[in-house]
Amino acid sequence: MTKLGAWLCAMIGLAVMLTVMPPLAEAQQINPTAESVTEDALLEALQGDQMVDGRVSIPDELSTGLIKPGNKGWADTHGGSVRLLTAVALIGILVVLVAFYMIRGRIQIDAGRSGMNILRFSAFERFAHWLMAGSFIVLALTGLNLVFGRALLLPIVGEGTFGTLSTWGKVAHNYLGWAFMLGLILSFVAWVAHNIPNKVDAAWIKQGGGLLQKGVHPPAKKFNAGQKVIFWAVMLGGAALSFTGVMLLFPALAGTQADWQLYQLIHGLVAAGLVALVVAHIYIGSIGMEGAFDAMGSGEVDVNWAKEHHSLWVEEVEGKPEYEPHASNKVQPAE
Amino acid sequence: MARMKFLCDADRCIECNACVTACKNEHEVPWGINRRRVVTINDGLPGERSVSMACMHCTDAPCAAVCPVDCFYTTVDAVVLHSKDTCIGCGYCFYACPFGAPQYPKVGNFGTRGKMDKCTYCAGGPEVDMTQAEYVKYGSNRLAEGKLPLCAEMCSTKSLLAGDADIIADIYRERVVTRGYGSGAWGWRTAYGETVSV
Repeated sequence: MTKLGAWLCAMIGLAVMLTVMPPLAEAQQINPTAESVTEDALLEALQGDQMVDGRVSIPDELSTGLIKPGNKGWADTHGGSVRLLTAVALIGILVVLVAFYMIRGRIQIDAGRSGMNILRFSAFERFAHWLMAGSFIVLALTGLNLVFGRALLLPIVGEGTFGTLSTWGKVAHNYLGWAFMLGLILSFVAWVAHNIPNKVDAAWIKQGGGLLQKGVHPPAKKFNAGQKVIFWAVMLGGAALSFTGVMLLFPALAGTQADWQLYQLIHGLVAAGLVALVVAHIYIGSIGMEGAFDAMGSGEVDVNWAKEHHSLWVEEVEGKPEYEPHASNKVQPAE
Repeated sequence: MARMKFLCDADRCIECNACVTACKNEHEVPWGINRRRVVTINDGLPGERSVSMACMHCTDAPCAAVCPVDCFYTTVDAVVLHSKDTCIGCGYCFYACPFGAPQYPKVGNFGTRGKMDKCTYCAGGPEVDMTQAEYVKYGSNRLAEGKLPLCAEMCSTKSLLAGDADIIADIYRERVVTRGYGSGAWGWRTAYGETVSV
């Protein structure tokens, strides 16, 4: 019995020892290389716009990123909300303008043409305007091609033609951007002094600019409040487009992928808004109002038009020799 | 048909960069462009891992979604390719790509982006298979010759696997079970919305 008891005690003691102390063989089986980073853990740890990155031995700092799932977010926004907002802006402004034309019709010169013209915009002002406007139209069309061309134009003209067209569109966009920026600067210099908001603008806005009622012509200086809105929208929007455009053109200046995505987003949204605004501007400067186009066409407007739309300006320039009204060269149609 | 994928077993990658070199040589990739690269995570720290990364040929590829000229197409083997004739080098696919795959030679206006270049899974482009025209634009078309991408084929540790997704996932799973650990099928969750469960 004592022999068996001693044997049992020894066995129990051994069993306890084996349980408490890890066996040597098992310790050797732990593989240190298993203690590695895992993709799952790294992806879980990502916050916001972060990426899984590391070191590369090729001399390209931009290639150090390994996985950036957030980029798909930009893709969704670009193809989703940005495209939708652009479409809404364009269709929206067209609907508004058509409705405005149906209700209000073409805004006439109430007093009729006087047959006397007055200088409204100098050659320099018109050059600045058309440099900006001409380049803007090409920039807008080539830009819109990138947003809607794939859905609207590609099925009609086919891949080959569309590819060639879009390549030339990109070249035009890249080069005419500079012409636009020059036009923007010249226009700013020419007109900023006339576009400081003042009390007259408040009264003009209160009367709706006379847009909605016939025969109502709130007083305005060289530019009315509506034109001032266009001016500042074009200047600020244009500056935003110029900055983001240059950054997109020279990605190395801009920094990282996240910066390019942000600049592209701003570029697209501002452009959509500005295109919509400019469409309205083109309408009221051409078919929407009698006599308005002359201001940027020949630079000379009918005196009656000037008195109705820019009464305070006409008073201001009265007596100055270069603004002396003179007979219109236009052949007056027989009534 | 097969669903072609890459799988980099990071527990085997020794960062030799032979895949990068082989790719550049096989396709005569232009100077400054790397269709494949090896990224080392936690470099110099315990548990560092290197991953060879190129275009993952995503399901519902974001590059194809954002391309303004629709130059991308997916082959029957699920390889994402593009037409350099249609591409305008706008850069959008690079903004959208989670893997930094699209590259642009600096030949465009003001020395910026030219037509995009990326990994073709050694499957060429829209030109007739194995023609000079295809080779000049996209590099060799090994898939048309019945071969797999060179980067994976010559990988000395067989870390980089290429082939049908089910087959390479099985190989990887077997390795993980045998050795008892695995750092994951890098990029799969992001590219295909799935992960290799082991």
